[in-house]
Amino acid sequence: MSGQGQRLNVVPTVTVLGVIKARLIGATRGHALLKKKSDALTVQFRAILKKIVATKESMGNIMKSSSFALTEAKYVAGDNIKYTVIENVKTASLKVRSRTENVAGVKLPKFEYFTEAETKNELTGLARGGQQVQGCKTAYVKAIEVLVELASLQTSFLTLDEAIKTTNRRVNALESVVKPRLENTISYIKGELDELEREDFFRLKKIQAFKKREIEKQMKSSKQFAEDQAAENLSLQRGISMNAAHNMLSATPKDADIIF
Amino acid sequence: MANRAQIPTNNSALIAMIADEDTITGFLLAGVGNVDLRRKTNYLIVDSKTTVKQIEDAFKEFTTRDDVAIVLISQYVANMIRFLVDSYNKPVPAILEIPSKDHPYDPAHDSVLSRVKYLFSTESVASDRR
Repeated sequence: MSGQGQRLNVVPTVTVLGVIKARLIGATRGHALLKKKSDALTVQFRAILKKIVATKESMGNIMKSSSFALTEAKYVAGDNIKYTVIENVKTASLKVRSRTENVAGVKLPKFEYFTEAETKNELTGLARGGQQVQGCKTAYVKAIEVLVELASLQTSFLTLDEAIKTTNRRVNALESVVKPRLENTISYIKGELDELEREDFFRLKKIQAFKKREIEKQMKSSKQFAEDQAAENLSLQRGISMNAAHNMLSATPKDADIIF
Repeated sequence: MANRAQIPTNNSALIAMIADEDTITGFLLAGVGNVDLRRKTNYLIVDSKTTVKQIEDAFKEFTTRDDVAIVLISQYVANMIRFLVDSYNKPVPAILEIPSKDHPYDPAHDSVLSRVKYLFSTESVASDRR
């Protein structure tokens, strides 16, 4: 997608900055936790894989020995036991129970087999070869045990695979989309706040300068006034008022005799 | 969390089988076979006369039945419907490939192991399948 430059659309205020910072902390913590979970799941995954490989080997061997037992039974009891067996099928006596186990936060299925009622195969090989038939039966029951265990390993394996993929997807999303976006938003808000502060600062400085100029002007005019006062006092001492002439002239219009 | 594939806790589930006659006989002797009231069995005997379509249908049926927890399938039969087996990705029921008398177990073609062959870089179990 359009990665690095994105940021959230927010109003650049101080409260929003606090909210986004909290979200970034949450995202960082979540990212660390998910990474740990992914590592734990991967460890389990590898362990199960090893077990699966070993069990598959042993399954191959067990199937071989059970087929051999079957061949023996067929040889001794005659080839027709197939039909007898197939006819005798009613309800299964070997069934499988499934339950879920919680491993590192993931629900994995687990199968275990259990025997219900006894099969109706007691009459098979009654004529001859009963011992071989029984031997074959036990061999196959053992094979079923191994196969059930293998099945539960396999399903846990597939489920773990799914879970690991999901967790890794989340880790990557946090790392490359959510966190950069939040960081960009934070730097944007900080930039805006700084600019506002600079504006304020500039305005303040301008007002200060203006005030200073005003004060200087006032000082100058008051200094001029003080000097004039001093000159007036001096001239009054000498008997002439510097302003007197002005005052006479300005005072005369009140005299009705003088017409100007 | 995102556990879309629900793993049901079943108290009595069957084991379905798709294999050749001898293997099925052996497992039926052990007591895995089940025939219900509608004469539906949980096994399919595959011989030279069975068509691929029949095998496909049986596979689809076994994997959609909810009282079947495990499906055992002979490896050479699995090779006939390899695309179905490889595209199957539900955790339950579990698909297990078993060897038969004439075809010994070949890990290179196992659908599960081939998915993770990349994990075994040097000691590759399914390294032949490339």
